[in-house]
Amino acid sequence: MHSDHGDVHASVRKYFMIGAALLIFTGITVAANLMHLAIPLAITVALAIAITKASMVAAVFMHLSDEKKWIYGALLLTVVFFIVLMSVPSFTNMDSIGRHEPAIGGGEHPAGH
Amino acid sequence: MNIPYTVEIRPDTGLANGKLGIWLFLASEVMLFGALFSTYIILRNGAAEWPHGELSVPLGAINTVILISSSVTMVMAWASLKMNDWAKHRLYLIATFVLAALFLVNKYFEYSDHLAKGEGPWHSTFLAIYFTLTGLHGLHIVGGMIVMAYFIGPGAKLWRANADQFANRIEYTGLYWHFVDLVWIFLFPVLYLL
Repeated sequence: MHSDHGDVHASVRKYFMIGAALLIFTGITVAANLMHLAIPLAITVALAIAITKASMVAAVFMHLSDEKKWIYGALLLTVVFFIVLMSVPSFTNMDSIGRHEPAIGGGEHPAGH
Repeated sequence: MNIPYTVEIRPDTGLANGKLGIWLFLASEVMLFGALFSTYIILRNGAAEWPHGELSVPLGAINTVILISSSVTMVMAWASLKMNDWAKHRLYLIATFVLAALFLVNKYFEYSDHLAKGEGPWHSTFLAIYFTLTGLHGLHIVGGMIVMAYFIGPGAKLWRANADQFANRIEYTGLYWHFVDLVWIFLFPVLYLL
């Protein structure tokens, strides 16, 4: 963390530069939306830009590029649990695993699909 | 009674207690919003069709610009304290507060437009998750504004009594505020554009 006056003074220009970059990325996100890309590509582009912007906020404004190991440790745990949380939608598909297979020796189709 | 390690660094963590505390709080916030984003994915994947163009992209984009600008003013409010410039700190903190209020005014217009057309959270799955996510985010904006109002008003006197502790409090407020900005960075494309 920047505690020394000289360091903070040097960072001021960086804060404004990052702010400007975030605004430019917002413009790119809106412009990409106007191009009416296919949904999978639109999702990829929008999320890639959002992740880039979020990384800039976290690294520079929240000073995560220069933090103590306890904070990195807490965030590592958060990331692990966040990945589990984001995997929940995939887990819901597991309910149907095995139910789409035709019965052995027959050509029956399971109900519901 | 003195609360230990508000300014001085704890030898075992290498941090002031407040710093670790706010990060642990933000970790819990990641899980809160993460659960709702996860719900959004399940609802969207399970929906036969998903509406597009129901929300005003210009208003959403303006709110994104407002929140990004408020993040810059917030970090500058802290940096000004570190450079012992009290007047600039006040200016930047008040600017952050005003930008937060502007965000809520925009949100009010958006909400009232939908509600006037009878499009409340009960209207569709999309609007249900839209109002839930943006409503919770809006509550976080209000929470941040209350804290900022305190430091603009009665909390400001701590600067004279203990400048380092005051600067730390502004830093923790900033960390929270940047997180609120960070959540909106994902909400905007997910709800307004995709």
